[in-house]
Amino acid sequence: MLGRLNFEALVHDPITMGGIVAGILAILAVVALMTYFKRWNWLWKEWLTSLDPKKIGIMYIVVATLMLLRGLADAVMMRVQQATSVGDAHGIVSSDTFQQVFSAHGTIMIFFVAMGFMFGIINLILPLQIGSRDVAFPFLNSVSFWLFIAGALLINVSLVVGEFAAAGWLAYPPLSELKYSPGVGVDYWIWSLQIAGLGSLLSGINFFVTILKMRAPGMSLMKMPIFAWSVLCAMFLVAFAFPILTATLGMLSLDRLMGMHFFTAEGGGNPMMYINLIWAWGHPEVYILILPAFGIFSEVVATFSGKRLFGYKSMVLALISITFLSFVVWLHHFFTMGAGADVNAFFGIMTMVIAIPTGVKVFNWLFTMYRGRVRFTTPMMWFLGFVMTFTIGGMTGVLMSLPAIDFQVHNSLFLVAHFHNMIIGGVLFGYFAGIAYWFPKVTGFRLNERLGKYAFWCWVSGFLLAFMPLYALGMMGATRRLDHYEASMGWQWLFIVAAVGVAVICVGVAFQILQIVVSTLPSQRRSRLDLTGDPWNGRTLEWSTASPAPVYNFAVIPTVTDRDAFWASKQAIVDTKLKAVTQKYSDITLPRNTAMGIYIAGFAGVAGFALIWHIWWLAVVGVLGVITCIILRASDEDTEYTIPAAEVSRIETEFFAVRSQL
Amino acid sequence: MKRMKVVAEAALPTTVVDDSETTVDQFRSKTIFGFWLYLMTDCVLFAVLFATYGVLHNNISGGPSGHELFSLPFVLVETLLLLTSSFTCGLAMLATQRADKKQILIWFGLTFALGVAFLTLELTEFTKLIHEGNSWRASGFLSAFFTLVGTHGLHITSGLLWMGVLISKVVRQDLTPGLIKRLTMLSLFWHLLDIVWIFIFTIVYLIGAR
Amino acid sequence: MAQLDDKHQSQDSQPDSADAAGHGSIRSYTIGFVLSIALTLEAFILVLNHSFSHPVVLVLILIMAVVQLLVQLFFFLHLDRAAKAPWNIIVLLCMGVVISIVVFGSLWIMQNLNYHMLSPAETEKYMQKNEDL
Repeated sequence: MLGRLNFEALVHDPITMGGIVAGILAILAVVALMTYFKRWNWLWKEWLTSLDPKKIGIMYIVVATLMLLRGLADAVMMRVQQATSVGDAHGIVSSDTFQQVFSAHGTIMIFFVAMGFMFGIINLILPLQIGSRDVAFPFLNSVSFWLFIAGALLINVSLVVGEFAAAGWLAYPPLSELKYSPGVGVDYWIWSLQIAGLGSLLSGINFFVTILKMRAPGMSLMKMPIFAWSVLCAMFLVAFAFPILTATLGMLSLDRLMGMHFFTAEGGGNPMMYINLIWAWGHPEVYILILPAFGIFSEVVATFSGKRLFGYKSMVLALISITFLSFVVWLHHFFTMGAGADVNAFFGIMTMVIAIPTGVKVFNWLFTMYRGRVRFTTPMMWFLGFVMTFTIGGMTGVLMSLPAIDFQVHNSLFLVAHFHNMIIGGVLFGYFAGIAYWFPKVTGFRLNERLGKYAFWCWVSGFLLAFMPLYALGMMGATRRLDHYEASMGWQWLFIVAAVGVAVICVGVAFQILQIVVSTLPSQRRSRLDLTGDPWNGRTLEWSTASPAPVYNFAVIPTVTDRDAFWASKQAIVDTKLKAVTQKYSDITLPRNTAMGIYIAGFAGVAGFALIWHIWWLAVVGVLGVITCIILRASDEDTEYTIPAAEVSRIETEFFAVRSQL
Repeated sequence: MKRMKVVAEAALPTTVVDDSETTVDQFRSKTIFGFWLYLMTDCVLFAVLFATYGVLHNNISGGPSGHELFSLPFVLVETLLLLTSSFTCGLAMLATQRADKKQILIWFGLTFALGVAFLTLELTEFTKLIHEGNSWRASGFLSAFFTLVGTHGLHITSGLLWMGVLISKVVRQDLTPGLIKRLTMLSLFWHLLDIVWIFIFTIVYLIGAR
Repeated sequence: MAQLDDKHQSQDSQPDSADAAGHGSIRSYTIGFVLSIALTLEAFILVLNHSFSHPVVLVLILIMAVVQLLVQLFFFLHLDRAAKAPWNIIVLLCMGVVISIVVFGSLWIMQNLNYHMLSPAETEKYMQKNEDL
């Protein structure tokens, strides 16, 4: 009846138990508060069932932040373990728990933090930036979001019920095969990613179509803001790389569920094929994460330098070439697997080539700043930190693109330091910059700059402290995923420095949370209200609306004549109030809220859970539930509502009245 | 540069009539474009399965090879059934264009029947293989074979389910633009599955049975 | 680059003429159907009669599969009429590129890996078979 599920699945070691209890208490506290303030109805109606991309975007970012805390906790445990588990001492967790911790850390940080922030920011800003009222498929957007949530839930449930994978964040076979990982850990990993990945794929299609089909009139591709370009390229990669992940995970689960022999070591399987396929997805995935961050930095630099972005066309060309090249470098993740010199040389050269368009972008950003009136706001600080860390990361990356050198540092902490350099210094800093930059657009007030800068300095210094020692350790021969080493290695002091670094990062995260809390306090908020909708003297269309933007984004879809559309219109319009009064408005149709996305993802999550625990009847229920919900939704004709022109006129007149007084 | 002018003119009106809800043009509706993009991603999924089959097809692990297992005439019948169903699906779309409900039902009904026949044959083949002890557990080759062909079969199954739902809609309601759009998407899906099958037929069966 | 731009959100709302909906005509479907059947049967007969040496048959039937792909793209999916919507073609071509990279890349890599992992005896056999040594 319950498959493999039994009482023993709930028994854990003390540290995990502590985490579980803390988590459950936190959930209970939230539930109690929600009930006390009678907010459940509000939450359901205003947020959970909403199809407004601006709200979905906020929910993405909230969840990604929570997952960041979970991933950070894992990181702290790893750093503490490696700093203390020397010689006779054995650190704080068992070897098995340690393996689960690093597997969970990688999986969570990539799939639920980086991807979550990315889709969050895209949802918030992209439609506004291209002058659209919505995404191409609003309902699909909700389904994607809830599939993401279902995946995130599964990975957290693994903490309580059963165990998580102990096979690394990409679960290489044959270790991840049933024979060597008989527990449910790898299954949690598979189904969590499979469900969240499906959501990402649907999002990718959604935003790709949104950008191509829903731009404001006059916005040709070459007049499109560079962030939209970066999203277009990233979504192209999502659409064409995620099916590879789906198929690969599918085959691994068939191995585990039905006894197939795709990647097993016996029976005619080939584990190397898995590694080949997972990286054919995995490398584009890296660029999926970084390209939108590049786009954010481009917007930030242009705005805060008060200049047009330098080299727009070369920027676009660089984005397109990175998009293409990201599909032909995947072998550099497994140079040491045994391919010949010809294969390794080809992929090594391709990897070096990809550094060229990336370099072009860095120079373009620097030239944008050159002779600009640079304002050193928090987003700009993140950008400057990024340039430094990303350049270091880029150099070590090019170093490792040489197969001969890769053989020396492969699977060492050098590699770990390199990719954290790219993903923290590149991706995460990019999304932090984006959140700080667009925060007033989303909420209507700016963030506290001082606390933001504290957070920034903690992050940068903590980052350098935590990861520079890892480069040295890698060179000294420390492999990744070590849970114990001998004192005679002389590594401990470097690991301790790294642990101090992660502590400093934690302080940075605390400052970030404090920044948001303090900025939201009514007294603080008043002094930083954004009544104009354009707090930074911005250049692109999202700044032309009120902050926060009205539910319909644009009362009248703007007509674009220039690349920096809003900048150009600011030079042209003399009296905005006059414009508001004379403007004719028409009714606006928007999609109605629906809970169907929640139900679909809920059933998918149930099916995933059932497949993990081999509860076959429940899996059938889940799959049938998904199909039924889709059919029901497809038969629903009443999916839209209309905002009357008078209401639009009222909202707009109010906004323009405030703006013109300033 | 004439093009630029056209774009500028198209940009003149200030309110945008989103034509996606009314148009059923295969090449203009954003919904159908989105679905087309989904079909492309589905092709990538099949490509991965083909690649895996290509890598594993010699890993018979002491079991039988394709040469011993496949019956080409049988597969030819399957292929012709699916090909014909793709053709009747096209005729159904022509009927949709004329808004001829009776013809739509006849041709989609025929497509459905051919699809079911195809699926039955495929399941017959699978059952036969499993009964002979050559299931997906036997070797890497058979795992790849069952997964590739089975994934195609699963797509056919969902296509049939979808077709059933839409046929019942055609019976019960008017031909709204929304319904026509869905029928168009279904036909794209069906044609594409036929194309995927051509490659399964060629690469798995013809080359495998050589 | 401007040429890439489609007339997104065009205001063109004239009623669709008979062919504009892109569903082709009975003639195009019939031509496509007949050609497809012919190609399928030809490939089938080629394989049944071992009249050619194997590599030739292999290349021929692969070519015929690709021809049939094109036939169906034109006569069933009417891509020739998609000139109005270059993006349908662009994503199709991109898909083709990605698929080629993933499929041929994987086959190349895996073949290379297998080759480098042969035992000495297997290497000798391999060389005798494939390299005329």
